[in-house]
Amino acid sequence: MAQIFPKWANGAPKRILIGAIVFLNAAVFGVWYFFSPEFTDVGYAPEQPVPFSHKVHVGQLGMDCQYCHTQVAESKHANIPATQTCMNCHSQIRTDAETLEPVRQSWETGEPIEWVRVHMLPDYAYFNHAAHVNVGVGCESCHGRIDRMEVVYQAEPLSMGWCLDCHREPEKHVRPVSEVTTMGYVADNQLELGLELVAKHNINAPTYCQGCHY
Amino acid sequence: MSKTYEYVPEPALVKGNHNFNSITELITDINIRPTPKLWYVAFGFANLLLLALLGSIGYLIWEGTGIWGLNAPVGWGWAIINFVWWVGIGHAGTLISAILFLFRQNWRTAINRFAEAMTIFAVMCAGIFPAIHVGRIWVIYWVFPIPNQMAMWPNFNSPLLWDVFAVSTYFTVSLLFWYVGLVPDLATVRDRIKSKVGKVLYGTFALGWRGSNRHWWNYEKSYMILAGLATPLVLSVHTIVSFDFAVSIIPGWHTTIFPPYFVAGAVFSGFAMVLTLMIVCRKIYGLEDIMTDDHIEKMNIIILVTGTMVGFAYLMEFFIAWYSGVEYEKAIFILRATGPYAWAYWIMITCNVLSPQFFWSKKLRRNVAFTFIISIVVNIGMWFERFVITVTSLSTDFLPSSWGYYSPTFWDVITYVGTFGLFFTFFLLFLRFLPMVAVAELKAVLPQADPHNYDEETGEYKEPEVTVPEPTTTQESA
Repeated sequence: MAQIFPKWANGAPKRILIGAIVFLNAAVFGVWYFFSPEFTDVGYAPEQPVPFSHKVHVGQLGMDCQYCHTQVAESKHANIPATQTCMNCHSQIRTDAETLEPVRQSWETGEPIEWVRVHMLPDYAYFNHAAHVNVGVGCESCHGRIDRMEVVYQAEPLSMGWCLDCHREPEKHVRPVSEVTTMGYVADNQLELGLELVAKHNINAPTYCQGCHY
Repeated sequence: MSKTYEYVPEPALVKGNHNFNSITELITDINIRPTPKLWYVAFGFANLLLLALLGSIGYLIWEGTGIWGLNAPVGWGWAIINFVWWVGIGHAGTLISAILFLFRQNWRTAINRFAEAMTIFAVMCAGIFPAIHVGRIWVIYWVFPIPNQMAMWPNFNSPLLWDVFAVSTYFTVSLLFWYVGLVPDLATVRDRIKSKVGKVLYGTFALGWRGSNRHWWNYEKSYMILAGLATPLVLSVHTIVSFDFAVSIIPGWHTTIFPPYFVAGAVFSGFAMVLTLMIVCRKIYGLEDIMTDDHIEKMNIIILVTGTMVGFAYLMEFFIAWYSGVEYEKAIFILRATGPYAWAYWIMITCNVLSPQFFWSKKLRRNVAFTFIISIVVNIGMWFERFVITVTSLSTDFLPSSWGYYSPTFWDVITYVGTFGLFFTFFLLFLRFLPMVAVAELKAVLPQADPHNYDEETGEYKEPEVTVPEPTTTQESA
């Protein structure tokens, strides 16, 4: 009886096995890397109606975060400043700048500026800014070095696993409340200080469903 | 105790004057000769039903589970009924191929391939329902314990999660078991088929089987191991399915008899399904010599045994409900027999408890037409058993303020009917392209295969002769 398969078929099982191993590994690591918020979300920097530069306002002019985002310490929601806040200065500074045209228009017409939101949690996760800021979670910990951002981008994945990492070990991240808005804050002895702060503020970061998802 | 015992010889497993060659031709010619017209008709019809299934699933995902008749208090309806029903049907396949193998029941050889194929396709039909009955099918992968960016794991306390493991393991092991058994037969078709494409395809799946001694040695070992693994699996899978109910606190569900009772029911309905299919197939494909009336009789005896076990469980449930003194438990069983779903309950009792009792009569259990009818009746009854368990317990439970009547919608029905399309599409493909009887195993049970019965000189079958050696003195014999 004639042979059905050519001689190279002898090597086929080995090749298929190796191919399957390579493919499965590629699939696992591909999904693990490319499908994670670390890849899909971090670095998201949409174009804004006004090219607002945090680098200029915070980095160069040294404004405190809470000048504009006034409610972070009181509210669940960290507000975007109203046009009024912009016009506090820009009614007199760079009044003819072309890039500020939408701000002036908003001021004249009363129509709000349509900023594009960068940090978007789904609506079934109830994040509370005040709860974090008042126990010493720095802006930088979640939003990155805003003072160096020409355009705001998402610096951290904001995934649930990322949230839980900190909720399980808050001492690795908390800082004195007075340093919350400090950019580039580094403690000499983070763990020791962290444990002290956790005890002082009675930090009991929730890791149960009810904590965030109600 | 004066009784004379008479030796009743086992009926021959293969009727007719078959030898190795005619067995091979009888079975594998089906795969080799051109496709019969009737097959295309049946396949087209099955495809239509399959399309109906896919369409109804598509609409379900698009529109939501509200298209079904489910509501509070009955949150589980046809989807779970059909799931349990299909899984139950699948269990006979493994019982025949694994448990009967462990018990050295050679009559299984005629039907094991057939029954295993049925298992696989029935489990496929069953597996659809847990996936689609959820409200959000797109996050169904959350049931798998995969490390993820949410740092979330499934809750291993839920029998619904055990279902995922049970059914997926069951499917995998059944498929492996079936495939291992197929390898020698695929090699047979490979060697007999004329077309080039056929040779390459069957040759690929035969994995280079040459039938050497070493091949057979490994084959037998792996088959034995798989049979040994599949046996506890088949018992545990339907046990886990029964846990979906038994682990809850609902009166009528919270019962410790469920695991064995569900397994008995599964074997009961599975054997009935094998019979339904087998009686039709052996007629169409002319396999009456292999799937003989003796096989049908043996299967009917198993149906009688398991049917009686199921009947015992029904009685026991009623007895315990009365014996427990729990008013909810008593109420649910009275409601089952007399309440809004009494019609379903009495259909169940008629089909499951009464109908198999006819098989006490040897004449009836050897009657093919009668068996065919009963096999269908049994499956109707077993569908109603799951209906009664699921729906009656949910619709009338602890609080009378949350009692309700459940009726299915068009989409419940069409999804169920559609699963038959899936089943028969695959089953017809199986009948067409794979040897529907395990040729290699069947040859091993032919009288010619018994080395003690084979006359080397004439090549003819000889009656086994028992010779008693003459006692000799040690001196002379040495």
